[in-house]
Amino acid sequence: MSNYDQMWKELGLDLPSHEGLLNFLGEAYQGIYLTQKNRPKGMEYFDFVISEVHGLRIKEIVDARKAGKKGIGTFCVYVPEELVLAANGIYIGLCAGAEVGTPQAEQYLPRNTCALIKAFFGFKLANLCPYGEVTDLIVGETTCDGKKKAYEAFGEITGKMHIMDLPNTKSAEGRALWRAEVARLKEKLETVTGVKITAERLAEATKIVNDKRRALQRLAALRAADPTPISGLDALLINQVAFYDDPLRFTAMLNKLCDELDGRVKDKVGVAPMGAPRILVSGSPMAIPNWKLHHLLETSGAAVVGEESCVGARNYRALTPEKFDGIEDALTKIAERYLTIDCACFTPNDERLENIVKMRDELKADGIVHYALQFCTLYTSEGFKVAKELKEFPFLRVETDYSMEDAGQLKTRIEAFLEMVRNRKK
Amino acid sequence: MPRIGLDIGSRNIKIALLDGGRITALKKEPSGFDPMERCRRLLAELPAGQITATGYGRHLAEKDFSCATVSEISAFARGARFFDPTVRTVIDVGGQDSKAIRVDGAGRVLLFEMNDKCAAGTGKFLEIMARALEMTMEEFGDPLHRNESRVRIGSLCTVFAESEVVSLIGRGADRRSIAYALHDMAAERASSLAGRIGVEPSVMLAGGCARNPLFAELLAKRLGTPLLIGETPEFTGAVGAALTE
Repeated sequence: MSNYDQMWKELGLDLPSHEGLLNFLGEAYQGIYLTQKNRPKGMEYFDFVISEVHGLRIKEIVDARKAGKKGIGTFCVYVPEELVLAANGIYIGLCAGAEVGTPQAEQYLPRNTCALIKAFFGFKLANLCPYGEVTDLIVGETTCDGKKKAYEAFGEITGKMHIMDLPNTKSAEGRALWRAEVARLKEKLETVTGVKITAERLAEATKIVNDKRRALQRLAALRAADPTPISGLDALLINQVAFYDDPLRFTAMLNKLCDELDGRVKDKVGVAPMGAPRILVSGSPMAIPNWKLHHLLETSGAAVVGEESCVGARNYRALTPEKFDGIEDALTKIAERYLTIDCACFTPNDERLENIVKMRDELKADGIVHYALQFCTLYTSEGFKVAKELKEFPFLRVETDYSMEDAGQLKTRIEAFLEMVRNRKK
Repeated sequence: MPRIGLDIGSRNIKIALLDGGRITALKKEPSGFDPMERCRRLLAELPAGQITATGYGRHLAEKDFSCATVSEISAFARGARFFDPTVRTVIDVGGQDSKAIRVDGAGRVLLFEMNDKCAAGTGKFLEIMARALEMTMEEFGDPLHRNESRVRIGSLCTVFAESEVVSLIGRGADRRSIAYALHDMAAERASSLAGRIGVEPSVMLAGGCARNPLFAELLAKRLGTPLLIGETPEFTGAVGAALTE
């Protein structure tokens, strides 16, 4: 690792703390991922990506920036990746999945802010996220009150925030606002990158992003098999890596893994035994390295078969049309594609309920675990609606954060839930 | 072969021995700092049997006694049905956690809720409050306090509730009305947990707090339904574990 010290130093990272973070990550990965049995061979690529998460990938971005590309940081699946790529930018989902720099973050944010928001603040203030340092622009969005207020302070600290005004409803007025916001982002990206975004460039970029989505959809569909050919943990990791890896390479490697999984499904090879309780996880995003719930579920004997989440189906469910009739048409189509996303920040948001039921049926789930980050008002509230929609279907509501202090409590609830699910399967 | 249910809770270890579907022995001791050593000692006093462990310490027992485990929730559902087959809702308020469970006629779990990180309103909370009032648990849970409802406690947090108790004493409030207010708050917590799963009769109150008559009375009042309370409510989990196939 030491060959990156110079690079990290130049990026302004706190080297001793950063080394501590990497050691912690390495140990967590060893304990949670590498102890899994019967993993597909194709996971080796993703293991490698994780082992180089702050190393090789950062070096690639540093080199690309030296060659004139710009790094565009994001926190949310509403930020159109097509526009970033069309501006010759590098799309980077920023670090927000570990309990880091909390005391520093709490100098700006109330204590009862969700772990994800505290984490992106903490990573920055503790100088532990190299990704933030290789961005030229960070695009935020008005998805929730916590983020809105956090971005104000984050903008003062970083001096490179651009906020997209996401409407609260999908009304005609809301759509018009969003269409204008997509156009405003286009102009901002053009200013930052110096690249003119044309319909042709957008068509090319859309193809790249859609190919990535198709590969993720393919992975999702393969998990409908019983036994499921890949663990939920591994699939979650792939969905997390999708936010910062090079898209072309990622898609190629994921398709290669899916080829292997095709064979596994044919031969009925799985990671969990046939008949293991199949669980769909639904709710708040799980940013890397937040593997807590999947780990607890799968070490209790469940097979996680899907993520109804931003780090999951919300990111890849819809494709963008690939043929554009000029730039205005392209922006309209892209804006519309992003408004199909069923985030709890919209009201009403009934399509999310429909999508959960659809995923449950397609993936043949035996139970749903609703995951909400503590203090995430939007998803904790929708948890009640989801429970009502599912009627008697096995449902467990979990509200937690990144700390492990409630792991024992959660394990009891998860084990009881799985016992309940197994009883129903009998 | 007799069956042994081992419930290793945060406060107490409870053991039930069942033979031919009948309870033949019950044992209880504080968990202490080395619960496995205590389990070994208690088990040595019993005939050999097929062990199933539940409670916080179940996975420790799984290693030490190479036995099966079951979650507290399934164990309480089975145990409650053993004591009364008409049970459809079980409310367990134990040392550090509380749970509400809906069960079907076969004792299978349909739905459950459990407290998360916070242990407000559980047995440990009541114990600490009794100590702050310098009362024994019997004095503290005396149903006659119902005639003394003159103050309210606002804090859910054990630490803050204790300071509130101290300041109420300082203001000259009598201990009996403070005790009443504390029980009422614990009952409110338990009833709101139960409300989330929907309470269906018959309702059984299990766990150590079922031994507290004031708490049981106030909870029944809030739920608007009588509560079934067995003779040995703290053994519900141990009996349910023993019954686990």
